[in-house]
Amino acid sequence: MALQDKYKDLLDTATASGVSDLQVAEQDGVLHINGTAPSGDVKDKLWNIYGQIDPNFLSGDVVMDIQVATAVTGAKLTVVTESTNLNIRKGPGTDQPIVGKAAHGEIVTLISKMNEQWWLIRTDDGAEGYSYAQYLQPA
Amino acid sequence: MKLRHLTTSIMAIGLFFMVACKSKPKDSEIMTTVSTAVQSTPGVTANVKEGVVTLSGTVSTEEEKTSAEKAAKSVKDVKSVVNNITVTPPPPPAPVAVTADDSLKTAVADVVKDFPGVKVDVKDGVLTVTGEEKADRWKTLKMALDALHPKKVDAKGLKVK
Repeated sequence: MALQDKYKDLLDTATASGVSDLQVAEQDGVLHINGTAPSGDVKDKLWNIYGQIDPNFLSGDVVMDIQVATAVTGAKLTVVTESTNLNIRKGPGTDQPIVGKAAHGEIVTLISKMNEQWWLIRTDDGAEGYSYAQYLQPA
Repeated sequence: MKLRHLTTSIMAIGLFFMVACKSKPKDSEIMTTVSTAVQSTPGVTANVKEGVVTLSGTVSTEEEKTSAEKAAKSVKDVKSVVNNITVTPPPPPAPVAVTADDSLKTAVADVVKDFPGVKVDVKDGVLTVTGEEKADRWKTLKMALDALHPKKVDAKGLKVK
């Protein structure tokens, strides 16, 4: 329960911001927080609060997975690589051949989610394949 | 004289039966009312015998047990309530599902390939992060690692620039 107190601000904000399917469970000294945020902004806000309570996320007492509800089939996604192109691959895995690239900041369309890490996307040029979800954010 | 005795006896027996008969439908009436009264507490059933209500079933809190008893007591003609409800607290929440090491290793390899200065070890569901990285890049990495549902992300050995 002590961890829930430490991260009370975070949990309260998650509830107040309309995070659905919010699950909070403490196990082996780690607070696991899962839920679906109504927007990418809410996800960012929660990560910022987490970063305020635990600067640089170094305590290792939280594992937080906040999905964004707007990342659904047909949704437009922005490529959020640091500066480089995003690889689009034939299959879900970095060992898969590259079939296309999407530029930093380009808008692509989400076709389906293979899993939480690999999403099938299509660029406006028609290139279709799997990219790493970490570099895609609902536009 | 004999006839008078007989008449009295018949009347007495008749009266006894009237009372006896009358008390029987009463239980079923009480039963109906009590059942409605305890309906607000799911999992509780009531039985009535000669005005004595016996409550049974399973609830998750002591409050529900007490409130069901109160509800039953408040019903007209109930003489007493035997509260046989058992309180069973709800089971603790399901343990957090931690991804198996094999799946974690594959997924971690995909994630860290874009973070050349960082090494992530996987053991028993715990991700141990070492090396050095810029604060905003580490945040991106931490988000990606957390999304893999590990048991823990230990970054004590990471130097954040």
